[in-house]
Amino acid sequence: MSGTVATAGAIQAARRRRSSLHAERRWALWGSYAALAVFVFGFLVPPVYILITSLKSDHEIAEQGGNPWIVSHPTLAHYDKLLHNANYVGFFINTVEVALLVVTISMLISVFAAFSLARMRFWGSQTLATGVFLTYLVPGSLLFIPMFKIIGDFGLINNTWCLLLLYPTLSVPFCTWIMIGYFASIPRELDEAALIDGAGWLQMLWRIFIPVAMPGIIAATIFAFTVSWGEFLYPLVFLYSSDQMVLTVGIVSDLIKGDVFQWGEIMAGSLMAAAPPVIVYAFLMDYYIAGLTAGATKG
Amino acid sequence: MPDGAVAQAGAPPLVSGRAGNRSLHKFMRRKSSIALLMCLPLILLIAGLVVYPTIYSIYLSMLNKKMTHFVGLGNFTFLLSRPTFRMVIFQSVFFAVTAVFFKAVIGFAIAHFMHNIPSRTQRVLRGLLLVPWVIPLAISTLGWWWLFDPSYSAFNWVLVKLGLPSVPWLGETWWARIAVVTVNVWFGAPFFMIMYLAALKSVPEQLYEAAAIDGAGAWQKLRYVTLPMMRNIISITVLFSLIVTFANFDIVRILTSGGPQDQTHLFATYAAQAGIQSGDIPLGASISLFMLPILAVFAFFILRGVTRRTQEQA
Repeated sequence: MSGTVATAGAIQAARRRRSSLHAERRWALWGSYAALAVFVFGFLVPPVYILITSLKSDHEIAEQGGNPWIVSHPTLAHYDKLLHNANYVGFFINTVEVALLVVTISMLISVFAAFSLARMRFWGSQTLATGVFLTYLVPGSLLFIPMFKIIGDFGLINNTWCLLLLYPTLSVPFCTWIMIGYFASIPRELDEAALIDGAGWLQMLWRIFIPVAMPGIIAATIFAFTVSWGEFLYPLVFLYSSDQMVLTVGIVSDLIKGDVFQWGEIMAGSLMAAAPPVIVYAFLMDYYIAGLTAGATKG
Repeated sequence: MPDGAVAQAGAPPLVSGRAGNRSLHKFMRRKSSIALLMCLPLILLIAGLVVYPTIYSIYLSMLNKKMTHFVGLGNFTFLLSRPTFRMVIFQSVFFAVTAVFFKAVIGFAIAHFMHNIPSRTQRVLRGLLLVPWVIPLAISTLGWWWLFDPSYSAFNWVLVKLGLPSVPWLGETWWARIAVVTVNVWFGAPFFMIMYLAALKSVPEQLYEAAAIDGAGAWQKLRYVTLPMMRNIISITVLFSLIVTFANFDIVRILTSGGPQDQTHLFATYAAQAGIQSGDIPLGASISLFMLPILAVFAFFILRGVTRRTQEQA
C-alpha cells in the first residue's frame, strides 16, 4: 500500500516536473521571440527611416513641428527627379560597369588560382595559400596612400577605371580563399576518373570542378559584387569629378551643395543605391551566408 | 624558372593516351608549370598591388612633405609628439574595442535567441536581421547621418516626446563617439550573429543531454558546454572584427569627418585628412602604417585559429 502511494507520488512528481519543463521551454520560446522582435525593430529603424524620408516632399521634411516618423503626403517626386538627374544616372551606370568588370576579373583570377592551389601542388603553393588569407586581412585603409601615388604615376587619378586595379585587391583574396576550400572538398576520385577518361586540367576544371563547386562560385561572386558595389574609401580618394564617380561617393557630392542638404533626394538616392545588393541578397540568402561563414571554416 | 614555366605551359595541355614513364614524368613536370601559370595573375596582383604598396608605403613614410629628402623616422616621432595624434590612437582603440565588445555580446545574445526558435521562423528573422550588414555601409551611414541631424533628428523627437532632453548627437565629443560606435555596432552585430549561430548549430546535442543528466542548469550549460565548444570561432570572429573595425573609414568620414575638433578621428580618416586633403603624403602614409603592427599581431592569431579549426574539422 505504501508502495503504491510512493509510486503514485513519483508519477505525479514526474508529471509536474515534465509540465514545468514544458512551461520552461514555452517561456524560453516566447522570451526569445520577444527579444528578437526588439532586435529586428532596432536593426530596421535606419533603413525604414530612409524609406520614410524619401517619400516626403521637401516641404514636409523641412517642417519642424510634426512627427518625423510618419509620411502624411507620400510622393515619388525625389525618385522621379533623380531618375532625370544625369549625374545620378551616370553614377549608377559607372557603378554597374565597375561592379560587373570587377566581378569578372576577380572570378577569373580566383577560380584558376584556387584550382591550382587546391589540386596542383607546386613549390611554394602552401605559402601562397597562406599569403592569400593574409592579404584578405589587409584593409584598404592601410594601402590607399601609397596607392594614391602609384595610381597617380599611371595617370589614372579621377578615372573610374582605376577602380578596376584597386577593387580586386579587396575581392580576389577572399574569393580565392573560399574557392580553395570548396575545391579541396571535392573528392579526389573525381579527378582520377577524369584523368583516366583523358581530360586535361582545363577540361577537368570546366567540366567537374566548376559545376560541383557552383555554390562556392555563387558565394564568391556575391562577395565580389558587394565589395565593388559598396566600397567608399577608394572612390572617395581617387575620383573627384561627377562624370567619373560611383554611387557611394556621388550621392554625397552631388546632392549636398554647400550647406544645403537635399535630404529627400539623398535618402531616395541611397535607397536606390542600396537596392541591388539587397535584391541579390534576398534571392540568394543561403549562398550569401555560406560565403560569410566560409572565411573561418573553409580552406 | 618562370620563363621556362611560361614556355612550357604555352604548349597545348597534354592529355592523351600516351603511356609510359617518360611522358608521365613530363606530365608531372608540366603539371606544376600549368599550376604556376594559373596562379600567375593572383601572384602578380598580390605582389604588385598589395606587397609592393606596403613596402612603398614604408619608404614614403620616411620622406619629408615635399618628398625630396629622407627623414628616417621623423614623421613617426613627430606624430607621437602631437596631442592630436595621441588622441587618434586613443579614439581608434576605444572605437574598435567598444564596438567589437558590443557586437560580440549582441551577436551572441541574438544567436542564442535564434537557436531557441523553430527553423522556419529562424530563416525569416535571420533574413531581416542581416539587412544592416547587406546595405553598403557608406549608404546606410547616410541614413544615420539624417537620424542624427542637429535640427531634425528623429531620435531627438522621440526623446523630447518622452520628456527627455534632446542630445547633440554629432556636436559633442562623447556623444559623437557614442554615435559612431553605435552605427558600427548596428552594422557589424549581424555578422557576429551569423557566425555564432553557425557555431551553435555545430555543438553536438548529446553534450547538452549529458550535461542535463549531470544536473547542469542553463547557465552551467552555457559556461561549460557552449562557450568551450565555440571558443575558437569566437576568437576568430572577434579578432577579424577588430581588424575591420580598427581600419574603419566610412562611418567617421561621413558622420563627423573627424569632428568635433578632431575628437572622433580614426587612423584611416586622419590619414586621409593629412595625406590626401592636406597633401602631406608621407605623413598620411606614416599614420596608416601605425595600424600595421597591430593588424599583423591579430592576423597571426586569426591564422592560427583558422588552421586549428580546419584541422579539427578534417
